[in-house]
Amino acid sequence: MSEVSEFSRLVEPVLQRHQWRPDRLLQILRDVQDVLDYLSDDTLVRLAEELRISYAQVRSTRDFYAFLYSENRGRYRVLFSDNITDRMLGNQALFEQMLANFGLAAGQVSADGLVSVDLTSCTGMCDQGPAILVNELAITRMTPQRVDEICVLVKNEVPLADWPAEFFVVEDNIRRADMLLGTPHEPGHAIRAAITRGRDGMLAEMRIANLRGRGGAGFTTAIKWEACRQAPGEQRYIVCNADEGEPGTFKDRVLLQSYAGRVFEGMVIAAYTVGARLGLLYLRAEYRYLRPQLEAFLAGMRAQNLLGKDIAGDKGFDFDIEIHLGAGAYICGEESALIESLEGKAGKPRVRPPFPVTCGYMNQPTVVNNVETLCKATEIAIHGGAWYEAIGTKQSTGTKIISVAGDCERPGLYEYAFGVRIAQILEDCGASEAMAVQVSGASGVCLSEREFGRRIAFEDVPTAGSFMIFDTQRDLFEVARNFAHFFRHESCGFCTPCRTGTALLSDLMDKIADGRGTQYEMNELLRVQAVMKASSHCGLGQTAGNAVADTVQKFRPAYERRLAQTDFMPAFDLDAALAKGRAITGRDDALAHLDQGA
Amino acid sequence: MSDYNTSGFDSANMFSIDGRRIPFKPGQTILQAALEAGVYIPHLCHHPDLKPHGSCKLCTVTVNGRNGSACTARALPGLEVENDTPALNDRRRVLLQMLFVEGDHFCPGCEKSGNCQLQALAYDLEMVAPHFRHFFPKRTVDASHPDIWLDLNRCIMCELCVRASRDIDGKNVFMLAGRGANSQVVVNSPTGLLKDSALTADDAAAQICPVGAILHKRVGYSVPIGQRQFDDATIGHQVEYLARRHIPIKPVAVDAPKMPEKEGV
Repeated sequence: MSEVSEFSRLVEPVLQRHQWRPDRLLQILRDVQDVLDYLSDDTLVRLAEELRISYAQVRSTRDFYAFLYSENRGRYRVLFSDNITDRMLGNQALFEQMLANFGLAAGQVSADGLVSVDLTSCTGMCDQGPAILVNELAITRMTPQRVDEICVLVKNEVPLADWPAEFFVVEDNIRRADMLLGTPHEPGHAIRAAITRGRDGMLAEMRIANLRGRGGAGFTTAIKWEACRQAPGEQRYIVCNADEGEPGTFKDRVLLQSYAGRVFEGMVIAAYTVGARLGLLYLRAEYRYLRPQLEAFLAGMRAQNLLGKDIAGDKGFDFDIEIHLGAGAYICGEESALIESLEGKAGKPRVRPPFPVTCGYMNQPTVVNNVETLCKATEIAIHGGAWYEAIGTKQSTGTKIISVAGDCERPGLYEYAFGVRIAQILEDCGASEAMAVQVSGASGVCLSEREFGRRIAFEDVPTAGSFMIFDTQRDLFEVARNFAHFFRHESCGFCTPCRTGTALLSDLMDKIADGRGTQYEMNELLRVQAVMKASSHCGLGQTAGNAVADTVQKFRPAYERRLAQTDFMPAFDLDAALAKGRAITGRDDALAHLDQGA
Repeated sequence: MSDYNTSGFDSANMFSIDGRRIPFKPGQTILQAALEAGVYIPHLCHHPDLKPHGSCKLCTVTVNGRNGSACTARALPGLEVENDTPALNDRRRVLLQMLFVEGDHFCPGCEKSGNCQLQALAYDLEMVAPHFRHFFPKRTVDASHPDIWLDLNRCIMCELCVRASRDIDGKNVFMLAGRGANSQVVVNSPTGLLKDSALTADDAAAQICPVGAILHKRVGYSVPIGQRQFDDATIGHQVEYLARRHIPIKPVAVDAPKMPEKEGV
């Protein structure tokens, strides 16, 4: 019976806090895991009863997210960020070092249940990697020394709160500031400016500004806001997409860390324009460390009447913001998957149409905007659309923040007016030996040296902000292989081409890496990629093979030097496969072996 | 007016598939209208009694030059749809091969043989080999239920059982859990076993599996091989059957656990 009361004692407050609402399931699971360390099947059965939903439903949500655990992962759960930029900074040696220190294999939990060490997708610290997460708290700039220090702290079971503060320092690294990063923010200024313009006036300025979304797709923000405003619905919602999971990008992290006023005021302005009463910030789990300060910021805004009732004295303008935490799923950056996640479910992209602007969160009209887009709305509120429209290029107005990482002297954030050439960014960040740049992350485009004259703009090279530089010493095959594994891990599994295609692509890349690839595998890579691109349900599957296709085309020698000079080789070693048979029969003579040369 | 001229439809509710004129009722999807008009578009996760899903992607067609799932795309006046083209069928063959290698589909040993839509489609699209390396997944067989057995090795993640149990039976017996290639159907019961779930043999969810993942016990060979649904004519020539294969629906158990109505915030 003591076990029952223990469960009630720990879990009841969580359920109460979330009002037993099944649509808060993901947040409930997160909070329950915080008190129980992991979510056993028994816990799920209990939670399903409490929430009056099916056990399978609870299980579906738990099993979808990388940071929700069905079994004990240890009291200290260490995850090494394994983006290609972390690898270039030497994360693999540090990972091995920590595993050796603990005497563990990757993913294994120590016998005393103390610790596990594993890899995770990009944690958004590419400018200050190699990075790790310990119980979802970010630690940057790992060194062999720091690995040893952390091992001692873990072995002595020192609470994370007592670890050296410098471990958890996350730098902004702003290298080039323009209108967004370089302008001081006066709290409430943008909200008051929007209210002065009125709802129609604000929308008109947005239209003139021709602001396009900064999350990658580049949809015109004014059209989105207008569609949401006009859609029939009982409630409207503003969702800030802070699920910055694209490998190599970290601009939203800096905006949330040091420019939160603009992000939240952008949400308030969007709410004012479309008539929403609730806003939701969907924060990726990797940025969980930001949550306390963001909550404090929201409290401050409430105190200043910039959130809550009759905002900034405007009668009847009521709006507030809640923070929802993700749980490790790249796909939740896709807006309809993000909405599913907000509703407590597995983050799988919905069938569109209907689009979120007419049928989003709770099937109500919903605006989903990127963190940076919302910041831009505050500039338009203050300065007007015409002023804004004059900056950048015709189809890409305003400035864009680029997250620069990889082989350069000064990684960090660079803000430019749209239209900046790749070569300019390379020069500014001190990348004199660049051979290739991966723009817009693993799903983006790989540019070779002869394309460095191209421009960052929707007209030429669109980007969500990631900018990873590879110098002449790097191996573009390994870059593409890292991305292929990333997508295999992050595919949601909903549709056939993506679920299976990402697995096939990463297997083919591994086969080539093992020296067992031939021209046959090269053809297969492109064949699979073409099917994924043409028939996948959402952008993840459609773009998951881009890096492979780009590097096959532009850096073919990186592949060819690995290929075996034969028509075909099986993926496995035929002779080694017979070892078990030899052991069983007790034979090891020459005739029991295949001639590998034949 | 030529049959191939799609720009001059005299009726508003017409579109074209491979140049052939197809009438539709407003609100129908391309796939629904096609099946009703006797035009076959390959599909696995679609069923006439259930809401469109769009996960198997076999029904991917080209609509006015862009790729889309025929099962979720609405029929609209004047659309020009390409369906039965070598390029699209090539792609479908690859998708079938993907489904075959990610599971364990050993047709000769499966009692669904001849009634299996995956197998029938593979014949129809002339898939002669799985082509890719098999994944050899380790999945479970649940034989605990007195009337039904569940072999996840043959599951193609179409979620027809999930949807039928939720939307027709009102029981939520099945759910897809996990992510990516680790996705799998899970059973809603405290033990995770079918015997402890609310599933009964007459549930829609027990009838709807297009492959051999959910099978009834003790009826495996009551219809001999050679006389089964797809033995005589290929699935592509059984459009009428595909359009009208409704599941016998029994009264819904209203007290079964269901997702409560969500409240607004």
